[in-house]
Amino acid sequence: MRPVAVVSYAQHASAREDNRNEVEILLPVLREALEPTGLTTQDIGFTVSGSSDYLAGQAFAFVSALDAVGPWPPIAESHVEMDGAFALYEAWVRLQHGDIDTALVYAFGKSSPGDIARVLSLQLDPYLVGPLWPDAVSLAALQARALLDADGIGEKDLARVVARDRRNAAGNPHAQVSEQTDEATLLAEPLYADPLRKHDCPPVSDGAAVVVLAAGDRARELAERPAWIRGIDHRIEGQYVGSRDLTVSASTRIAAQRAGVDGRADLAELHAPFSHQELILLEALGLDEDTTAVNPSGGALVSNPVMVAGLVRIGEAARRVSAGEGQRAVAHATSGPCLQQNLVCVLEAEQ
Amino acid sequence: MSGQRAAVLGTGQTKHEAKREDVSIGGLVHEAAERALADAELDWADIDAVVIGKAPDMFEGVMMPELYLAEALGAVGKPMTRVHTAGSVGGSTSVIATHLVQSGIHRRVLTVAFEKQSESNAMWALSIHLPFSQPLVAGAGGYFAPIVRGYIRKSQAPLDTGFKVALKDRLNALKNPYAHLHQPEITLEGIATSPLLWDPIRYAETCPSSDGAAAMVIGDEASAAASSRPVAWVHGTALRSEPTMGAGRDRVNPHAGRDCAAALYAEAGITDPLHEIDCAEIYVPFSWFEPMWLENLGFADEGTGWKMVQDGATALDGDLPVNMSGGVLSSNPIGASGMIRFLEAANQVRGTAGEHQVKDARRALGHAYGGGSQYFAMWVVGAEKP
Amino acid sequence: MSAADGSKPVKGIVTPIRLDYRYTPGAAQSRFLHGLKEGRLLGRRCPQCGKVYVPPRGGCPMCGVEFAEEVEVADTGTLVTYAVVNVNFANRVIDLPYISGEVLFDGSDMTSMVLVQGVSPDEVRMGMRVRAHWLPRDEWDYSFTNIDYVEPIDEPDADYESFKEAL
Repeated sequence: MRPVAVVSYAQHASAREDNRNEVEILLPVLREALEPTGLTTQDIGFTVSGSSDYLAGQAFAFVSALDAVGPWPPIAESHVEMDGAFALYEAWVRLQHGDIDTALVYAFGKSSPGDIARVLSLQLDPYLVGPLWPDAVSLAALQARALLDADGIGEKDLARVVARDRRNAAGNPHAQVSEQTDEATLLAEPLYADPLRKHDCPPVSDGAAVVVLAAGDRARELAERPAWIRGIDHRIEGQYVGSRDLTVSASTRIAAQRAGVDGRADLAELHAPFSHQELILLEALGLDEDTTAVNPSGGALVSNPVMVAGLVRIGEAARRVSAGEGQRAVAHATSGPCLQQNLVCVLEAEQ
Repeated sequence: MSGQRAAVLGTGQTKHEAKREDVSIGGLVHEAAERALADAELDWADIDAVVIGKAPDMFEGVMMPELYLAEALGAVGKPMTRVHTAGSVGGSTSVIATHLVQSGIHRRVLTVAFEKQSESNAMWALSIHLPFSQPLVAGAGGYFAPIVRGYIRKSQAPLDTGFKVALKDRLNALKNPYAHLHQPEITLEGIATSPLLWDPIRYAETCPSSDGAAAMVIGDEASAAASSRPVAWVHGTALRSEPTMGAGRDRVNPHAGRDCAAALYAEAGITDPLHEIDCAEIYVPFSWFEPMWLENLGFADEGTGWKMVQDGATALDGDLPVNMSGGVLSSNPIGASGMIRFLEAANQVRGTAGEHQVKDARRALGHAYGGGSQYFAMWVVGAEKP
Repeated sequence: MSAADGSKPVKGIVTPIRLDYRYTPGAAQSRFLHGLKEGRLLGRRCPQCGKVYVPPRGGCPMCGVEFAEEVEVADTGTLVTYAVVNVNFANRVIDLPYISGEVLFDGSDMTSMVLVQGVSPDEVRMGMRVRAHWLPRDEWDYSFTNIDYVEPIDEPDADYESFKEAL
């Protein structure tokens, strides 16, 4: 396996952006990520992006976003209609071929134009499930109920997750939610989608993120302390929520094993848009809060630009590894209802 | 050649039709995938990863269909990706799937592309009226007709060039049991007098709207060696994109298409495409794109592609047969069409193309484009190991 | 194939989807729309390549840099190419056949798609000089539809060489 590292990362997220469209949001983030590397679009070997037309309410939304990259002369480029984390996987795969040394990954999405929880209902089986319009929050609540009904987890555990993420959010300039709070205050809030409260659900965010990858010595030339991808894998489960155990994340477990998590990480960035999902994921990753700092950025509960949040987890983990905040990090990204599909990435600082 | 060797071990497609009322979207893709596995003499368990591609989600109204289709494609417990690069998606999906094998990460990858047009409203999705703009664009034809007009003007091509392409493709389709349009009664006169849809494009020079799926199993060298089926070796792949609306873009002979072909030929070790490539499956949704792409791909000098059409060079028995399967003009499940081109090229060099087989085809080109003629995905496959 | 009670199998269902979206034109396009409300076509120039885009969409798609300078372009221009549309489609609001033209407004480096009127499909040609026909002033909104269509003006056709780059 050819060593590939994150050499640069930038993101932007905000609550509803009324003034700028997706291209305008993406442009400065691209510049911010590319500038420190000195690379231009033409220097990059392969570009991959992640986004979803349905967020924009427009077919081919990703086509106009390509303008932000300025693909002229033409570039080698592809796109997945998925979270940018999966675009990063494609870029990492391409770099394994050995003939190119750099890749550009970007993701963008505005969750605010439509009713995002309802829009996500369109991910469901269009014949049997979709027409019932179970929105994303309701499905997550189903999963949370299943988890709470199983032994050992109670609503105070959810509150603990939220309180911790909020504490961490104080240090994150891209967080939309950072109001400091405690478990008691949180538990006093009314239920929103039983058993979830509003704060157990993600905010609606607009944003973009960019990651630059480089291989081998090129990575060392481009960054002082590259964050090396030691392992990366993703797996999918069946969609039907009745056909799988929602209280465990089987695909995360497989991906974690394939990526070589080994139960060791100084920090972990988990793409858990709902609080109860952090608990499920930690378990599946084989990590625990005593030895691993969970969501130092605050996670998806404090900022959740859909299609971007997974890539942000990788970026945030990489940034901290490069900054020396941890030697070894795990980043996770998810897609689909109730953690249907999961990606796990292990990052390490230069030895 | 980039990375490790990869080969097409098997292919499968559905009979493309206006309406497949007997299968759901899941059933449609499953059918193509099963056929590809059967052709490769493999089983679902032999597949390490699944890569699917299709055109905009808004066509069928299913967002991120890989999520719904995981079970239908035996992907549970495996990596699954969905590529989306507009009309070229069937091609780029094939390339991304090939990357997975070339990287050495996965040994055998199932790749599927589809469109269930009968369950979608493509015209609507392509013409969504955004506020602030004029509600003018009447689907893909409305966008491409002005460009075709530009080509005719630039090249001074005879006006029946398009008709001849349509006739050739539809006659070829009669030799392809999977093709949507089977028109044994078709004549040049009939095409020339069919209604003008988006002047200068006529009804009979336009692709149909089809329900269809295509699939391939792509494997590594060891898998190819272990197979008793004929394989098609990937000699090269290339992807190139350029902006949709850029001042200075040449939409008739796009830069990205030329660059893509150049990169592809370099990787495949081809210096004289017209003579080194035996046949080509290229993405021609409106007849005039054949001469345009012949030039863009370097088979003909700029402004002269139409001569190859007029001379019969691109006929099934010509010097460079093009769209032996009947092409997009005969079957167009949009998301799948690019992969069908790649798959048909593979079948040619495997010798499994049946009645529309080009004799002794050793090297074939598969081509797809999309968006505002800005996304290009291509591959060259060969009977010999590269 | 029928069910035991003789009913026919369901072969398809229609599942209505309704989603409401709030579109944001973005800063550059917003300025463009304000210009339209005043009867002006406001483009932007790329600081790197110098090309003028109408309408501007945030950045120069060729250079990948943000637009800076605002440039007003004329509402006269050249019909670079066109299609005569004769096919029905959902959302259609214009009678068939209609001429959908790509107009290079004087001063712009990028064509805009506009309805062409005042000339028959038999007589329309590439290179025709045209002018925007605006809706009555009191009907103006923040929309490109303030320009109802373009129509021919009494000027000789533009030379092919002068606009072929815009194809």
